[in-house]
Amino acid sequence: MKAAVVVFPGSNRERDVALALKRASYTTPAYVWHGDTELPAGTDLVVLPGGFSYGDYLRCGAMASLSPIMRAVKDHAARGGHVIGICNGFQILAETGLVPGVLMRNASLRFVCRDVHLKVETTDSAFTGSYLPGQVIRVPVAHAEGNYFADDETLKRLEGEGRVAFRYCTEAGEIAPEASPNGAIRNIAGVLNEKRNVLGMMPHPENMTETVVGGTDGALLFDSLAKALA
Amino acid sequence: MTKITPEIVAEHGLAPDEYEHVLAIMGREPNLTELGIFSVMWSEHCSYKSSRIHLKKLPTKGPQVICGPGENAGVVDIGDGLAAIFKMESHNHPSYIEPYQGAATGVGGILRDVFTMGARPIAILDPLRFGSPEHPKTKHLVSGVVAGIGGYGNCMGIPNVGGECTFHPAYDGNILVNAMTVGIAHTDKIFYSAAAGIGNPVVYVGSKTGRDGIHGATMASAEFDEKSEEKRPTVQVGDPFVEKLLLEACLELMAGDAIVAIQDMGAAGLTSSSVEMASKGGVGLELVLDDVPQRETHMTAYEMMLSESQERMLMILKPGREDAARAIFEKWGLDFAVIGKVTDTGHLVLKHRGEVVGDIPVAPLTDEAPLYDRPWVPTPKPAKVLAADVPAANDLGAALVKMLGTPDLCSKRWIVEQYDHLVGGDTIVRPGGDAAVVRVRDHATKGLAITTDCTPRYCFADPVEGGKQAVVETYRNITATGGLPLAITDCMNFGNPQRPNIMGQFVGAIEGMSEACLALDYPVVSGNVSLYNETMGTGVQPTPAIGGIGLLEDYTRSASIRFKAAGETLLLVGETEGWLGASIYLRDLAGREDGAPPPVDLAAEKRNGDFVRGLIRHGEVVTCHDVADGGLLVAVAEMALAGGIGATLATPETDAPLHAFWFGEDQGRYLISVVVDRVESIVDQAKAAGVSLQVIGTTGGDVISVDGGHKATLAALRDAHEGWLPRYMAS
Repeated sequence: MKAAVVVFPGSNRERDVALALKRASYTTPAYVWHGDTELPAGTDLVVLPGGFSYGDYLRCGAMASLSPIMRAVKDHAARGGHVIGICNGFQILAETGLVPGVLMRNASLRFVCRDVHLKVETTDSAFTGSYLPGQVIRVPVAHAEGNYFADDETLKRLEGEGRVAFRYCTEAGEIAPEASPNGAIRNIAGVLNEKRNVLGMMPHPENMTETVVGGTDGALLFDSLAKALA
Repeated sequence: MTKITPEIVAEHGLAPDEYEHVLAIMGREPNLTELGIFSVMWSEHCSYKSSRIHLKKLPTKGPQVICGPGENAGVVDIGDGLAAIFKMESHNHPSYIEPYQGAATGVGGILRDVFTMGARPIAILDPLRFGSPEHPKTKHLVSGVVAGIGGYGNCMGIPNVGGECTFHPAYDGNILVNAMTVGIAHTDKIFYSAAAGIGNPVVYVGSKTGRDGIHGATMASAEFDEKSEEKRPTVQVGDPFVEKLLLEACLELMAGDAIVAIQDMGAAGLTSSSVEMASKGGVGLELVLDDVPQRETHMTAYEMMLSESQERMLMILKPGREDAARAIFEKWGLDFAVIGKVTDTGHLVLKHRGEVVGDIPVAPLTDEAPLYDRPWVPTPKPAKVLAADVPAANDLGAALVKMLGTPDLCSKRWIVEQYDHLVGGDTIVRPGGDAAVVRVRDHATKGLAITTDCTPRYCFADPVEGGKQAVVETYRNITATGGLPLAITDCMNFGNPQRPNIMGQFVGAIEGMSEACLALDYPVVSGNVSLYNETMGTGVQPTPAIGGIGLLEDYTRSASIRFKAAGETLLLVGETEGWLGASIYLRDLAGREDGAPPPVDLAAEKRNGDFVRGLIRHGEVVTCHDVADGGLLVAVAEMALAGGIGATLATPETDAPLHAFWFGEDQGRYLISVVVDRVESIVDQAKAAGVSLQVIGTTGGDVISVDGGHKATLAALRDAHEGWLPRYMAS
């Protein structure tokens, strides 16, 4: 798998995700500067990492979505290439329209960093193939604007097409409002695009890929990608 | 030109005799810009004029020390060509006036101190002291300070892994917001601030200069009064996004060899950075202020020299490297300007609009800064509180629930969750235990244990013992994770040094700290003094906050406080007399704030620490907790709640009454839990090492019980422990 991690001014989890990818695929991803206009030749996977691109000024992800590299990322996705946006990356994907919906300020109005439980709602994607259907995993979140919202029609389509990838749940797997760290509608933590080759998610699987930091539930996402894009 | 009147001198915080000295140095009347420069350089904040004479007594040397106090931060060798660079600073005055920006820029400032030296920051910690929860301002201050610290550090992508948060009415008018940063650098890539090379360019990078924060250092060198709110315009506004860019650009430039010297513009901005660089290098600097990137129009020389606009750095480059350096900063979208050159005049010369607007000899400006041996009186030693005179708790279980629900002992999760403590993926032991453990980047096995500690109620009762205790508590917290304590940074927060009793607190704390550092081979490598934490004659409790770092050669061999399994034996290391003086039990359950604090036995601290660290390093112990605030039973409860496993305890043979044994705050103690078949060997090892060890119980169940009768369920304990802070903030 050839992966490219886009670095925006203000990205801060690019190294975390690059290391997680390297652990899963034994290949070191390339870093691509936001001002570049082309992805490295043969890129299979583009990663939009977490952080505060452009300081989150104007609106999270809004300015990054207009970065020169994003045109290449859109073309890559249109060709069926895979893209994952994590946290700020999800916000950028939502701003570009590569995935539906928006990310509003957390219902608590506070930044939240803690472990959450997620239910894997579909294993039918390159991102989630190594999980078991309905598996409950534990990974951290760290964001102030992760409160996912979409209109009823969009939600209906997302649900009908099995494009909700992850939902916040309790340790026992119950989709309860109190299990959500941010107030997201229907506890949605991650969504796929129509063609299932683009995933946006708020939680950070890249920070839960080693026993010594608290768990390995996040590693399976990168393992899924390494297998699907081998 | 403005005539310098006694009123103008006074407004600049200079005493009449200090101004006489300015006249002597200058040989003429200074202009306003020059007066401004003297005023900030000679402020308490920048000159340490009341504290210098005593700070010299602190031990600062050791084989592990690469660079002690005096640079931007302290540098300690951690082996294999790597160094830990760290420092703690205060941002107390601005945070009280404008909590979000005050706290945010405190974090920004300490981060710059560390990356200026070539280190990538890997951890932030923030010890906080607020006033009484009932005080009308407290909630607003907690909310703003925590949001500000999070807002800055989260955006920078540096994990915030610890700190403290306590409440006491002594901080009603002056909160304390301290910030510590730890970074990692290669020992052959450490950058210092001494300017050198006559003719070399002086380069300004980062944000543009605005009119914000003018006289911030002077504000931080005075008491508050009822008009403090009017000082809001002297609080700087931070932009963590620019600082993140500045961090990356500086580290990119530092990877090469273009930099001769570099210094961040913190308190007193362009003035203190240029003066310090010139002074350390024994050279002069000539600055052309027209070339300083400016955010506002028509800025005067005075304003530019005294602005405390954030996210700026001053560098001396090797000749001819300007273009390559400029390309890096422009790539990151930052200002880059050559604003002057190094000269052999020994003077700081300022030019603006074609005229010389300032010309000050650098050496006397720094070397002849005022130095005061302020009168001080030692703090009278309080009497010992006899345990028998303190009302006993009829039910230890109910008392424990109450203790865990007090503002000082309750869980600080509400705060920790607003800080990104996981970014970087190197947080091995998360906040909430003793020390945090963060993995060292660029190394396969090393980790750093990092903590901040201070017990102001002990320091208030007895500054000498309190100073000692603050140092040994960091030592214990590091040891409890398996780390070898290496060195400390200090942040000395005190009241008005012109009052002899306050000065006595300062002198006492330094004495206690020195004694502890010497006994434990644990030198001070950096620090900061914040005085005048006082409002209308009422000072804060003396608060010498200590930040300690320790080394784990193998981070996979670290211990944490969480009970890992049922059926393990709980062992208490260290002796228990049942010391209730100045304890939380005495204050929060018995309503008394008196008595001598627990004495610190430094030999026992070292012996017990070495013993516990050895057990962890050999993999014999993976569960360990330092016994501190609230005493033994509180420590057991914290371990139980972290692991979701209870404990059945039995009081060993003791002369202490039950409540004193379980809630006394005797020092030098650790709790460890081990599998049953290891107990005998550990008991033997303790005997051989001359360490006191007692079996006090077994892990298991969902209740903590003492001697069969006293019980508290984990559910009740958790509700009390987790509940107080969120309920308070929502009330």
